[in-house]
Amino acid sequence: MTITAGSRTQNRFTPIVQVLRDVVARPSGAIGLTLVCLHLILALISPMIVAYDYKATNSSMMLTGPDAAHWLGTDHLGRDVFTRVLLGGREALLVTGVATPIAVTWGGFLGILFGLVGGRIDEVLMRFVDAFLSLPWILKMLVLIVTFGTGVEVLIPTLAFFYGIPVIRIARAATHDVIARDFVSAARARGHGRMTIIWRELLPNVLDTLMVEGAMRWSWMLLAFSSLSFLGFGVSPPTPDWGLMIADARGFMSFAPWGVLGPVIALSSLIIGINLTADALAKALGIDRAQKAPV
Amino acid sequence: MTNTVIDIKDITVGFSGKSGAILPVLRNVDLAVAQGESIGIVGESGSGKSTLALAAMGYLKRGLRLLNGSVSFRGEDMFEQSRPGLEKIRGGELALIPQNSGQSLTPTLRIGAQIIEALRLHSALSPADYQAKAVELLGQVRLPEPETIMARFPHELSGGQQQRAAIAMALAGEPHTLLLDEPTTGLDVTTQAHILELLRDIAQERSMAMVYVSHDLGAIARVCDRVIVMYAGEVVLDGTTRQVLKSPVHPYARGLLASIPRLADQHLPVALDGRPPAPGGAGQGCSFVDRCALAKERCHVERPELSQVDSGELVRCFYSEEAQALSLVGAGGVPVEVKSDAPPALTLGDLSISYHSPGLFDRFLGRQSIHVATVDDIDITVGRGETLGLVGESGSGKSTILKSIAGLLPPADGSIEMAEGEALAPAVENRSPDHLRRVQLIFQNPDDSLNPRHTVAEILAQPLKLYFGLSGAELNTRSAEILDRVRLGVHYLDRLPSQLSGGEKQRVAIARAFAADPEVVLCDEVTSALDVSVQAAVLDLLNALKERQGTTYVFVSHDLAVVKALSDRVAVLYQGRLCEIGPSEQVYATPSHPYSEVLLGAVLEPDPDVAPNLATDDVVESSPPAQGCPFQRRCPRKIGQICDTDTPPWQETTNGHAIRCHHGIDELMRLQAEDGSA
Repeated sequence: MTITAGSRTQNRFTPIVQVLRDVVARPSGAIGLTLVCLHLILALISPMIVAYDYKATNSSMMLTGPDAAHWLGTDHLGRDVFTRVLLGGREALLVTGVATPIAVTWGGFLGILFGLVGGRIDEVLMRFVDAFLSLPWILKMLVLIVTFGTGVEVLIPTLAFFYGIPVIRIARAATHDVIARDFVSAARARGHGRMTIIWRELLPNVLDTLMVEGAMRWSWMLLAFSSLSFLGFGVSPPTPDWGLMIADARGFMSFAPWGVLGPVIALSSLIIGINLTADALAKALGIDRAQKAPV
Repeated sequence: MTNTVIDIKDITVGFSGKSGAILPVLRNVDLAVAQGESIGIVGESGSGKSTLALAAMGYLKRGLRLLNGSVSFRGEDMFEQSRPGLEKIRGGELALIPQNSGQSLTPTLRIGAQIIEALRLHSALSPADYQAKAVELLGQVRLPEPETIMARFPHELSGGQQQRAAIAMALAGEPHTLLLDEPTTGLDVTTQAHILELLRDIAQERSMAMVYVSHDLGAIARVCDRVIVMYAGEVVLDGTTRQVLKSPVHPYARGLLASIPRLADQHLPVALDGRPPAPGGAGQGCSFVDRCALAKERCHVERPELSQVDSGELVRCFYSEEAQALSLVGAGGVPVEVKSDAPPALTLGDLSISYHSPGLFDRFLGRQSIHVATVDDIDITVGRGETLGLVGESGSGKSTILKSIAGLLPPADGSIEMAEGEALAPAVENRSPDHLRRVQLIFQNPDDSLNPRHTVAEILAQPLKLYFGLSGAELNTRSAEILDRVRLGVHYLDRLPSQLSGGEKQRVAIARAFAADPEVVLCDEVTSALDVSVQAAVLDLLNALKERQGTTYVFVSHDLAVVKALSDRVAVLYQGRLCEIGPSEQVYATPSHPYSEVLLGAVLEPDPDVAPNLATDDVVESSPPAQGCPFQRRCPRKIGQICDTDTPPWQETTNGHAIRCHHGIDELMRLQAEDGSA
């Protein structure tokens, strides 16, 4: 009998294919995943399929209603809303898509470490986390953005930093559940180092929680990004972005609601999709997401 | 039967498996219980015994469905009942006492309020009388100072007291029938014996019918008139307690009895190999065929019916006459003998352990810790190749001592030395790799001690990589070798713990400990989470490993018979202090210390003719007294003032048998003999 390295490690984490199958088997998972995939595909291919130039203004076609040529009408500069809605999620998905894994990774690592070390250090550091979380996020974020400027290279680290902090708390709580179990004591009694215990004993058992947490963080981060754009601190015009589009069109909402409705539907469907997927994922992995994180 | 209360007819209960097929948990079970009768249902985990008992209430766990048959209680069909009808019967005429009362009592309500609630729902009393009735009920279950207990919250009571309160609650509705689902599992031996006596008296006084579910044949022997043995969802034997426990006519029942370690046995119990079929896994033949010593051609192809034999029992076996030839008592391996002059492998010198360290606030104020040490004054030397048993009730500090030896809980004071006086560092972080390797710990519950995300190969690779730096082919060969030593095949290497049975998991845990090639192995209740038939196999394995490698064991268990089976020497602990230590033959045959006497007297044998000897009340103490003898408050042979103030001296006899008591050993033996004759 031969044992290959592959066959030994494949089981350490819940096999991804099996989890996906479980997610899709639930109605919420099937709907949610469809929505998320649709958005991801559109974000990839939209530049190739859009019919109009997103920045081409037309002064004779301002705020016209939906018709066969312009499915969602035009905005106050005569630009095609449908084109801009299709393209408007690209920036958001790029920034949050990069920032989310970073947030979950560093927050997760620190959370597991704090949970393992415990004692007074953990106690003191967690009070800092609490203090930090007690401030409104938008204020903290605006301070950083105003200091360092907008742009992707500032937004990604900013979002990754702010959204990693609540992950510390989640990972620490999950670690506390695992740490009470005898296999961790067994590893300590054998004399394994702290890093080995984190990597081999704790991480595989905390990872499920972190995955679900990551999905939730992603949807919150999308909302935060759109809010920043709405306030004018995210994407700069004329680049199409949902938050920015809502901000631009909200003045004409009473007589040209399509300008707001388009991006709102796009943004909500993505966030609902992510939330439904996260829900189904939590159920598939057997984690009860009863307690939602603050922020 | 004239006065049948519960009448279960031919019920089959099952659930839908993943493939959509219906998998039965109970198959064609009949059960009739008459007024005043107490019936025991025994079987291993998964045999369907709890499902059967709950079905008698018209209740099935989520996912289970009644596929066939009927359940009637006093002539009314329980599965046809309306919800209000069921609510009236349940808790009223038919009461359930669950396994873990600590969890079934509402934590935020006082005991009194909970009993009064039961009275309000199920009694005809006027509200003015509730208080008095509740006090009366608590008195009936022999709780001291019922008025005080009324005002307590569940967490302020001990496990035994919680169980008593639950019984009082069940009695509030004046039930005719009691269903008991493992009511004493998890309680200390002395507490268990007292609760069983209480249940027996209550059932007799009120002429109640009782259905008592347990895996513990000792408990069944105390309270039941009739016993039903369940196997893989079927009744395989149904007879009087005496018939079933003394001369069972079914091979499974005989195997089960032989696998129970007993105090009188010189041999290890015999393991019942294999495991029961999973639901739906039984073939067309007898469900026990794969584990049966008598299995013949016919057993594989034809399912035996439950039929009556000449002596009156109902049995599901074609060859029940032959079954009577199977041995009933432990005739397993002989425990390895060890010379008493073996060089020391582990020495505990004046070990003292405290869970309470002074808090930040106390230190700030310069206060000293006022807590009495959890474990104190432990002085034991274990010889090489010897097995030292540590026994005591919960809270006696036996597991704490093991954790300390393993370095997980550094002692407050005292020393731990290996062979040739090499001192072990108190904390695991400061120990050398060699010291770490030489002491290994095996935990109680393998579900908890094996990482669910690691395969068996990864689990075994951890010590092999860490201590021996093995890798590649060498690692694989060695892993396979070790697996073989715990009697598991190489094909187990790729499995995850969830794909193993309880016994297999514990073997993997044992294999992991032995992979380090240790000198001292600390066993913390290693068989407590296992079924008896599996327990016997694990004991046998530990004995074989000791024979082969000359390992020294420190074996902790609350089960005195299990400790007896394996130990050369035994140490009795009470409240973290040693009471008695000596060769196990001697301690078990003539327990001299009053506590050892109480403890051994409470052990239940699976024999209706052996009654436990209950000396004192089962008062539970939460902390040791500040001075004097730790057993002063419960001791039946207390001398007086001296026991409260002076730490008792060691009284020694030959063979290293010693007790800690103000009485001499001879004096105690004389007192015991007087009691015996009186």
